[in-house]
Amino acid sequence: MIEFALYNAWLIPLLPAVAFVLIALVFKPLPKVSAFVAITFILISFVLAICIGIGVIQQGGEFVEHPLKQAFTWFSMNGLKVEMGVQIDPTSAMMLFVVTLVASLVQIYSLGYMHGDPGFSRFYAYLSLFAMSMLGLVIAPNLLQMFVFWELVGLCSYLLIGFWFHKYSAREAAKKAFITTRTGDFGLLLGILLLQINFGTLDLQRLGEMIPNFAQYTHLSLGALTVIAVILFLGPIGKSGQFPLHVWLPDAMEGPTPVSALIHAATMVVAGVYLTGRTLILFKTVPSAMAFVAFMGAFTALFAASIAITQTEMKKILAYSTVSQLGYMMLALGAGSLTASMFHLMTHAFFKALMFLGAGSVLHSMHNEANIWKYGGLKKYMPVTYWTFLVGCLAIAGIPPFAGFWSKDEILLVTYNMAAHQHQPFYYLLFVMAVLTAGLTAFYMFRMFFICFHGELRDKHAHPHESPFSMLLPLYVLAFLSVVGGLVGMPWLQHGFGYFVRIGEFEHEAPNYIIMVGSVVVALIGIFTAITIYLKKSVSHEKLAQQFKPIYTLLYNKYYIDEIYLWIIHNVIDGLGRFLWWVDTTIVDGIIDAVGNAAKLLGSTFRRIQTGKLQHYALVLFAGIVILVIIMNFMDTSSVNLGLLGGVR
Amino acid sequence: MGFPVLTVILLAPIIGALISVFIPKENSKVIKAVAGITTFTSLALTIVIYFIYYNQNLATGGFAFTEDIPWVRDLGVVYSLGVDGFSLPMLLLTNIIGFTSVFSRSWSVEKRAKEFYILLLILIGGVMGTFVARDLFIFFLFYEVVVIPIYIMVIIWGSGSKTKAVTKEYAGMKLTIYLLIGSAFLLAAMIWMYMQAAVYLGAPTFDIATLAKVDFPAKFQIIAFGMMAFGFTTLLSMFPFHSWSPDGYAGAPTAVSMIHAGVLKKIGGYGLIRIGLFILPLGAKAWAPVIAILAVGNVVYAALICLAQKDMKYVVGYSSVSHMGFVLIGVASLNIIGLNGAVANMFAHGVMSALFFSMVGYIYAATKSRYIPDLGGLAHQMPVASTGFVVAAMASAGLPGLVSFVPEFTTFVGAFATKQTNMQVLSIIALTGVVLGAVYVLRMVANVLFGPRKEEWDHVEDIKGSYLIPVVVLIVFIVTFGIFPSLLMDMVNSGMQPIAAKMVQATTAAAAAAQIGGNI
Repeated sequence: MIEFALYNAWLIPLLPAVAFVLIALVFKPLPKVSAFVAITFILISFVLAICIGIGVIQQGGEFVEHPLKQAFTWFSMNGLKVEMGVQIDPTSAMMLFVVTLVASLVQIYSLGYMHGDPGFSRFYAYLSLFAMSMLGLVIAPNLLQMFVFWELVGLCSYLLIGFWFHKYSAREAAKKAFITTRTGDFGLLLGILLLQINFGTLDLQRLGEMIPNFAQYTHLSLGALTVIAVILFLGPIGKSGQFPLHVWLPDAMEGPTPVSALIHAATMVVAGVYLTGRTLILFKTVPSAMAFVAFMGAFTALFAASIAITQTEMKKILAYSTVSQLGYMMLALGAGSLTASMFHLMTHAFFKALMFLGAGSVLHSMHNEANIWKYGGLKKYMPVTYWTFLVGCLAIAGIPPFAGFWSKDEILLVTYNMAAHQHQPFYYLLFVMAVLTAGLTAFYMFRMFFICFHGELRDKHAHPHESPFSMLLPLYVLAFLSVVGGLVGMPWLQHGFGYFVRIGEFEHEAPNYIIMVGSVVVALIGIFTAITIYLKKSVSHEKLAQQFKPIYTLLYNKYYIDEIYLWIIHNVIDGLGRFLWWVDTTIVDGIIDAVGNAAKLLGSTFRRIQTGKLQHYALVLFAGIVILVIIMNFMDTSSVNLGLLGGVR
Repeated sequence: MGFPVLTVILLAPIIGALISVFIPKENSKVIKAVAGITTFTSLALTIVIYFIYYNQNLATGGFAFTEDIPWVRDLGVVYSLGVDGFSLPMLLLTNIIGFTSVFSRSWSVEKRAKEFYILLLILIGGVMGTFVARDLFIFFLFYEVVVIPIYIMVIIWGSGSKTKAVTKEYAGMKLTIYLLIGSAFLLAAMIWMYMQAAVYLGAPTFDIATLAKVDFPAKFQIIAFGMMAFGFTTLLSMFPFHSWSPDGYAGAPTAVSMIHAGVLKKIGGYGLIRIGLFILPLGAKAWAPVIAILAVGNVVYAALICLAQKDMKYVVGYSSVSHMGFVLIGVASLNIIGLNGAVANMFAHGVMSALFFSMVGYIYAATKSRYIPDLGGLAHQMPVASTGFVVAAMASAGLPGLVSFVPEFTTFVGAFATKQTNMQVLSIIALTGVVLGAVYVLRMVANVLFGPRKEEWDHVEDIKGSYLIPVVVLIVFIVTFGIFPSLLMDMVNSGMQPIAAKMVQATTAAAAAAQIGGNI
């Protein structure tokens, strides 16, 4: 079974693709059957992914240097060959596990959440299409295949954000998401093209061998390679919601909540992190590009966390939190650690999916009331949601022994080591930003938690109730993983997570107890602040908001970045469009019409010749041609003479 | 000589037109059926020869299914047909669009349907002829056959626009005059080439392959290519000679828009490569920088104009101008990768724009409006049309898995592979078209299909019956060629090899000659 799974890994993306085709063409009128087909196929994929995971662990570190690869030629021509295939190594195996797990759980959850929706079958079709695309991305052995599926997950995201297309806001959010990520993809595609042209291949493993010795293979200078790396990184900035292209992710919450959990928290948005991780060799070769990645990550983490403090919708807060956590993952990559980044990616998938599904459970019982100030005291009505959500909050806040603690600690550690041992003082600044973010994270999470679940129910008309079992089961599973999922990466383990998911030689990082304790202290400060303000209410949050009004308004309005973009789009880009449209109709057409009118004027003089019939114009044209030919003959008398016209045999 | 399959493919629609002449005009359903059957015959035969060629001739390349019948002996004109890896995709494209356009919908065609279908069939036959002709004279003949029906069809069955003061008569006239002026230059260049050939070959010839063996002097090549390129690129709607195209498409009835944007335009690209590059490589080399700059104009300028459009047909019309920029960039890179990209782009844009025009035309016919602010939320009433619309939009935005991604990627690889800085800078600018392309199509999709239900459109009917044919057939091709691009790319690559080889040989010879010290 394990052998079979390892050598038939292509089945994993293919099965959901089959489910998509079946639902789209056959089962669409039968919602129950559609859901059954989709869930069955993704569960088979999940089982295969587990088998692959076991196989990879059995092989030890073997697969890190020698991934298991299968590929076929997708298309080729003289000088360009593009392959499609699968590459199994610990990193992709880990991702396969995470994606199939969360996808399965979300599909089960949706049985309850989407019950009775007129687009039920369509929803499962899209989810299957998404699973196919995401798994194809994860398993890709080359950058072009990654790009292909990268765009396809973007399409699924577009379709699912706009799933309730009757909503004006959903349709606008879907469009915004696609266009914003497309803006980043401009850079990604350009970067891929530049790599293809200079290295002649897009194969990840070949690139990994060639890039460190780029001077030997190409004519590129270090500066040029840095530019390529930064351009390439634009793609991940867009996809993983990094500043300044983060604007689409909070709006993407217009989609159904299971979609937010699957696509906009656990899987698709981490594609950018994954791609950067897959090409980390490139960034490691050019240190300034790596510092850029680290800075973007740290800045985004802090920036998004600061916005999350003031938001009033559960899903919006979680969305900004996702942006912030993605920033952490980028920071880890920028510190050169694939391990820390992928570790946090995995634990984040567990606890963030858990919290989104928990938020979905709340929304479900509150009839889609989004404002958290309408909730309160939900602990009493929905105990399972309450306790599992608490697990999620503790995990993201970084309280041991929950999953988030281990991975966040790892990120802080690698950032610190970069500064202390690699003599990069710049990373001290990033380290401080990361620690600050940890405090803010604990604060805004517990702020939301207390407002929603404690106190008294503020909306007197609501009748909250616990969700059906199909929705609670995923919560149990994810809560369990949020508790124990981080243990695989404990720093005391000799052959833990980092032994498998890594690039280069395995180095065991010694645990740093000061950072460990320090990060917990910072998290506790955040939590206690939240307790003081929102649970004990010793300090009025309204007064605080009054006191820091300018800052509060700025944060509440997300630094006005959306407004700035809208202004630019409507005035600069659309303005340019309108101006060129004017140019086209007035000047370009004007010249043509003027020529036409001049001809007409001439025509009115030679009325008798000009009959206004098309065939006569054609005749005149023909005469003109004959004249032209004669002129040309004179111009080039050395080779052709007029005699030839009559000399045709 | 075996079974003259190409002649049969060519004649099928013409026979359909002849049969239709004898059918009373009240039986418009019968006429439509005749048109459908004859174009389907051509399509089926084309698919068969496509796969025969794909399986048997791909490695060797060259023309297959050739027919040679001397026609005008005195002038050396031969009725010679044949297909290779370049003409087959174009022939397939013509037949896909020809067949589906018969079943497209425009409300204006409900009157005088008989004449419409007769002209449509003649048009389809003419377009096919240009792609299978191996003789310049025959090529030009078919090309001229095409222009006249288009003119009549636009001015009779066309429509005006709400956003631009353009009548269908103006649109038809503009389109026709542009094409005629372009073709005048073409004809002149061809005759000149014909006579020049006599100097080197002893006898003048119209045979393209023979002409390509001649090493014309560089000066002649530059002038002749310039004239030809003017003719062909006008047909391809190159900036700034593009303005006939959005007006023409917007004015034309659905089927004509489909054929015109889908295939007729591609004759320009076909001629530019098959005749221009193949026969006059040095001329192409001299003109390539100009073409590259104007191509970027196409991509970016037209895409920005798309943003300002409120008429669906103008959006698709300008987007088609924008997409032609990719074709021209591929041509201007002058290497095999770029040329492959250019040709594949022509095919991709063909099926995609046909689907787009077919859906826009259907919605226009059903709602009697193509003014975007009037529409909205149509996905409620027309799920099938919306699916087709979204697929077309995504293909237009170059989504992988659909037909246009691989061609666009290939084009850009080709442009970068030139290793010329100006070419690379231009391609980077053109790459922004990928983002802008997504912006304007998604805006249109959002404003036309999504959003709250509008009750005023509750009466409209979704696509059903024979109107389903264009959606289904075109989506099948868009997806199949998207998932299995080698079906297209292998074919195109085999067709481009001789042309790219000639390009390399001519330029290296010229460089060597320059090193020796000028022409000897």
